[in-house]
Amino acid sequence: MSYSETILKSLEIMWKGMLAIFIVITIIAATTVLINYLVKSVNTKKINKKENKNDDNY
Amino acid sequence: MGFLLDSIKEISWQNGLMIFIGCLLIFLAIKKDMEPALLLPMGIGAILVNIPLSNVLTTDEGTGIIDWMFKIGIEQSEALPILLFIGIGAMIDFGPLLTNPKLFFLGGAAQFGIFLTIVLAAVLKYSINDAASIGIIGAADGPTSILVATVLNSKYLGAITVVAYSYMALVPIIQPFVIRLVTTKKERCIKMPYNCKCVSKVTKILFPILVIIVAGLIAPKSLALIGFLMFGNLIRECGVLNTLSQTAQKELVNLITLLLGIIISSQMTADKFVTTDTLIIMLLGLGAFTFDTIAGVMAAKFMNLFTKNKINPMIGAAGISAFPMSARVIQKMGLKEDKTNHLLMHAIGTNVSGQIASAIVGGLIIGLVLL
Repeated sequence: MSYSETILKSLEIMWKGMLAIFIVITIIAATTVLINYLVKSVNTKKINKKENKNDDNY
Repeated sequence: MGFLLDSIKEISWQNGLMIFIGCLLIFLAIKKDMEPALLLPMGIGAILVNIPLSNVLTTDEGTGIIDWMFKIGIEQSEALPILLFIGIGAMIDFGPLLTNPKLFFLGGAAQFGIFLTIVLAAVLKYSINDAASIGIIGAADGPTSILVATVLNSKYLGAITVVAYSYMALVPIIQPFVIRLVTTKKERCIKMPYNCKCVSKVTKILFPILVIIVAGLIAPKSLALIGFLMFGNLIRECGVLNTLSQTAQKELVNLITLLLGIIISSQMTADKFVTTDTLIIMLLGLGAFTFDTIAGVMAAKFMNLFTKNKINPMIGAAGISAFPMSARVIQKMGLKEDKTNHLLMHAIGTNVSGQIASAIVGGLIIGLVLL
């Protein structure tokens, strides 16, 4: 690989690498937010259901 | 009785220098407490492999013990650095990151120094494999540096490992200086209240599985690192393997670190180490750490343009994966500016996101170089 080819390859690694890490991180962050939301809403529903059951018993 | 002097006659000044460096590493490990688990075995190893006519690298029958361990444990399988990731994963609590997922971006941004250093190394006429291996020093992650340099067959493996671990130990000196250069006092005083929202067990169990699937599908070459990291974390979080989790965090990590140190020393022979390249790699490594720190801080400043709750830019610097040292440095700096400014949990969140990002970047670089 010639000198100029090496530099071009390193620049290619830079932009492709940064883009790829940004995409991976964004997907992981977005999915984490989604999981947090789903788990929270399931828990809230469970608590509401329990409360409703308790109210019915009274 | 002349045979008693054979080894002494063979010793060169380069061997003498390497034996001195070995003693220096042992001194730093014991006296200054700098990464002792690694620098001490490396120091002993540097002395062992630089005594002429010894049987640690080659014997009359063939391969010596240190060279054999290098071939089996690193060169042929990359097993040891990858196995170390199980222990690292078992040590990490992703809770602070999961409560504030935007910290993921700071960990990603702080990898920029790696890529910039690859370009700089290429400009300095290193081959693309060596340039990529030098750049990964900026990951501030010893096992990732060893793995990338081994897979890319870099002839600077010894120097890269020593430099990577040395700078990791020097984080408390390098980072505060760089952070002060790129932040104002007002920015360093920004307070970030920590809402201790409890992360559910289900989220903590699903997270490692999710990361494995996403990282594996988009960057498959990173799967060995990230997969074992997350496997270790799953052992920790599942709640049914507490004994294994403790073993991974202590015995496994200690044993592999001990072996890695002495095995890496097989690359610290005078002919490979006493060159001007080692000095250049030290400078490039310092550059990688500096650029990473600046990129993390700048990313936090950039995010502040769009967010209502301002981020203290200093926590961006914790995006390098020197865990938990970098987070502790940020906490100390925050307290120095304002005694009521506690940034530790935010810095830890950024720090663990840096761990994930650096492992992914390691795989990405391998994939991109070998493309």
